[in-house]
Amino acid sequence: MILDDFLVRATLAGLGVALAAAPLGCLVVWRRMAFFGDATAHAAILGVALALLLSTSIFAGVLVVSLLMATIVSLLSGKGYAMDTLLGVMAHSSLALGLVAVSFVSGVRIDLMAYLFGDILAVGKADLAVIWGGAALVMALMGWRWSRLLTATLNAELAHASGIDPQREQLILTLSLAIVVAVALKVVGVLLIAALLIIPAAAARTLSRTPESMVVVAAMIGVAAAVGGLQTAYWFDTPTGPTIVSLAAALFALASVLAYVWRTALRIMAARPERSA
Amino acid sequence: MRLLSIAELDLALGGHLVLEDIHLDLERGEIVTIVGPNGSGKTTLLKSIIGALVPQRGCIDKSPGMVIGYVPQRLHLDATLPMTVSRLMRLPRRRPRHEIDTALERAGVTQQASSQISDLSGGQFQRVLLARALLSSPDLLILDEATQGLDQQGMADFYRQIERVRQELGCAVLMVSHELHVVMRASDRVVCLNRSICCAGTPERVAASPEYRAMFGLDDEDALALYRHRHARPSLEIAP
Repeated sequence: MILDDFLVRATLAGLGVALAAAPLGCLVVWRRMAFFGDATAHAAILGVALALLLSTSIFAGVLVVSLLMATIVSLLSGKGYAMDTLLGVMAHSSLALGLVAVSFVSGVRIDLMAYLFGDILAVGKADLAVIWGGAALVMALMGWRWSRLLTATLNAELAHASGIDPQREQLILTLSLAIVVAVALKVVGVLLIAALLIIPAAAARTLSRTPESMVVVAAMIGVAAAVGGLQTAYWFDTPTGPTIVSLAAALFALASVLAYVWRTALRIMAARPERSA
Repeated sequence: MRLLSIAELDLALGGHLVLEDIHLDLERGEIVTIVGPNGSGKTTLLKSIIGALVPQRGCIDKSPGMVIGYVPQRLHLDATLPMTVSRLMRLPRRRPRHEIDTALERAGVTQQASSQISDLSGGQFQRVLLARALLSSPDLLILDEATQGLDQQGMADFYRQIERVRQELGCAVLMVSHELHVVMRASDRVVCLNRSICCAGTPERVAASPEYRAMFGLDDEDALALYRHRHARPSLEIAP
């Protein structure tokens, strides 16, 4: 069966995460929540530790801790602490707590590196089901709430006047973020999940004129980075997760250069007198 | 028929009473302006009407099926968010092309439908937001310092547009402003707010009231000068 090939499984896993990360990454960038992805991801290490201590599934542990983290931050934000302060406290304390907790797990040899950097080549069929289940859920949520999420991103009062509760949309967004972090853990690992959210969206910005086209371009860049990164890592025998993120970064640089060249070309064209007629 | 009726409204933010015992009625088709110093609760009152804030006491009765169009205080659009005018007009609900064109025309921006929001001037962007609010054929148009950051000319043009819109759509307009003299000329009724309503009535009555003058620190001369300045203008044009 085609799924027996580890490279095929890895590619499908990368595709799932890249597709779900695209709309989410764009919203995160627009709302200046880039650090939120980081914080949720760092909290995931605590989830891994707790799952090992309680011998439940890693996915469940990570999901619960990420959801908890997302909810706490949503509830506490605007109550005396700035968002970035709050996220900083939560991110680093949960990462530290997680690392401490891991040291209590005896008997099991834990490859912490696998959680920090992910191991996409080790994705099994069950992992694939979890990744695609989570990705499909997030994409469905985004599709369903898209207009409302976008309006709430624009302006809270504007949303209220249209009968939209911005707080609820914020919660949906943070919960979706937690789900994506939990499913992407295996693919790129804790340290690089945020990169997969932010970099394709950032690269797509200069190439887009509407929010929706930015999501589509971000998805294409994410997919290209995931598929291309896997192949590159295979050929050059480099660590897979970091290679995927490096390729995404290269695409970001390329998009920035292209946009600069395009704008300069437009300006030169506009400056030519025969064009003005 | 009464469009909106607010009675005995108290609203506290962070433990401080921001609005106290507010009574305010709005009739169909009238333009009412709320004036008041910074922190007097103007924006808070508007937010409670659109449902963004919940009052501790009192009630806001809206006539059944009333549609509100809301134009926010200068909206900051993050530079990372690409957005065209026509896409903004379709948020959160899709609208047919001809409705969007009509609304843009009413608001006085026809050439910009495919422009990026970031390429618009402050005045154009405010008009686009006005057009967006008009799309739902509102019974009540709410403007929260919609002319902040516009120059005198832009402001005067914007309020003339509001007046035109009111005539065409017959909607009531409730707005908040700092620009006392421009706004007062464009209003049927003025409400002075400083936590509670300290005076209300026609622009003439309010401008002459001691409460209004005390609130803005005007002495008798200033207030009269302001008032005459506005109203004497047509006759000035005739005089040599």
